[in-house]
Amino acid sequence: MTAFWRKLKAFADAGFASWSEYRAELYLWALAGVIPIIMMGVWRQTATRHDIGMSPSELTRYFLAVFMVRQLTMVWLIWEFEQQVVTGTLSPQLLQPIHPFWRFLVWHLTERVARTPFALALLLFWLWVFPDAVWLPSLKDLGLTALGVAAAFLARFVIQCAVATIAFWSERASSIEQLWFTVYMALSGMIAPLEMFPPSVRSFAELTPFPYMVYFPARILLGMPVDLLKGFAVLGAWSLAGFVVFRLLWRRGLRHYSAMGA
Amino acid sequence: MKLFKLLGLFWSTSLAAEMEYRSNFVMATLSTLFGLGATLFALSLFYRRGADLGGWSWLEALLVLGMFTLLHGLSRTLFEPNLSRIVEHVRTGTLDFVLLKPIDSQLWLSTRRLSPWGVPDIVLGVGLIAYAATTLGLEPLSFLVALVPVASSLTILYSIWFTVAATTIWYVKIYNITDVLQAWLDAGRYPIESFPPGVFRFIFTFVVPVAFLTTVPARAMLGHFEVRWLLYAVLLAAGLFVFSRVFWRFALRFYTSASS
Repeated sequence: MTAFWRKLKAFADAGFASWSEYRAELYLWALAGVIPIIMMGVWRQTATRHDIGMSPSELTRYFLAVFMVRQLTMVWLIWEFEQQVVTGTLSPQLLQPIHPFWRFLVWHLTERVARTPFALALLLFWLWVFPDAVWLPSLKDLGLTALGVAAAFLARFVIQCAVATIAFWSERASSIEQLWFTVYMALSGMIAPLEMFPPSVRSFAELTPFPYMVYFPARILLGMPVDLLKGFAVLGAWSLAGFVVFRLLWRRGLRHYSAMGA
Repeated sequence: MKLFKLLGLFWSTSLAAEMEYRSNFVMATLSTLFGLGATLFALSLFYRRGADLGGWSWLEALLVLGMFTLLHGLSRTLFEPNLSRIVEHVRTGTLDFVLLKPIDSQLWLSTRRLSPWGVPDIVLGVGLIAYAATTLGLEPLSFLVALVPVASSLTILYSIWFTVAATTIWYVKIYNITDVLQAWLDAGRYPIESFPPGVFRFIFTFVVPVAFLTTVPARAMLGHFEVRWLLYAVLLAAGLFVFSRVFWRFALRFYTSASS
């Protein structure tokens, strides 16, 4: 077990070194996560002009929470993995005495640590622009948010791992991920709080894992009532399902994989 | 005329190359349909509550969305395949070969490739515009009126994109800066009046001028535009285009090729 942890530590050290070198790039990725901010603008302005059942401050607060959840749960391994399969750089990693996806996991975690200060600065900027939206979560809510965000991240990470293995057979793994992302965007609460959905769409959305990846942690962060048990159970179940599919596809995919030029 | 002959050669060869990946067409169409579906869903959430976006009616908002989709398709066909490669040329040093060619380097970098995968967006965008315009009872003349601001939009978008891509001559590490630009352009799905006055409208008018990209053309079609704004759009387009050329020449002075 200690050998395993030493390997992870080596990944983490390399990750931190790399992220501190590529800080500027990382900050730009953080700036690219702008959809919640755009939606915040549109919803806030609409609520100012019409009575839509939520106040401008509530909506601003909601989308800022969504913004933070998104920043903390972004997953990008599929773009990297697809490149590795196409160019064959996956091969040397297969020779390493550890599953290549551990490296992805550690790199995501170190990236998150490097990104968070900048994401917080962006949050403070928007709170400075819209001071009516300032809220102070309790320590308990912050702790629960950390758990919720971790569970949401894990579910998204594992599902993307499963989708990424499609790269062994097809060059369209990332296109499939993009379609998945569009549905995620529409149903997760990123473009509107679920209260704003028509009831039928809302009940449909709640059958999918998406609302639990954004709406659920965002509500915890806002200190609003949520069904904690159900939320964590759904995220856990989807993570498990994603993991099983990933293991299955990974084994078959590796047999199918013939490195570039081989 | 030499220019047209060149463009003909450039585009026929890149189309021939892209046709090897015909199944991309299915993916491109699916991603357009999904994206449009998601935005229509988002728009409907406002209108089904009896609210409107900054005073724009449902059909008028569709007109803005149509403009966005059309512009997105055109930029996917004309700009993206070219401008997203500039960074790669700088990073690997292949920009050397471009500079050696007996042709303006900005022209080569901006027109070398043509990708057919923006066509689904173009078709759906035009369709959406036509649907909204005819249902609103706009005269056919309004399509002609829209040509000027749409041309300005394209020029503005190209010039900003090219200028931003040119900054990678100094900062190769921030290769993803054009992705940030594309992400912010998403705001063009909504009319500028649907954003709160202040910081939002400032950013979307002056920093990432999506107001000029989609709202101004849509308003020109609707006929309740001020000539003033049309003039601003044309001036901005011309100014930014000239700036992109001057900036490129300036940036090239700092280009030192790779590994030197």
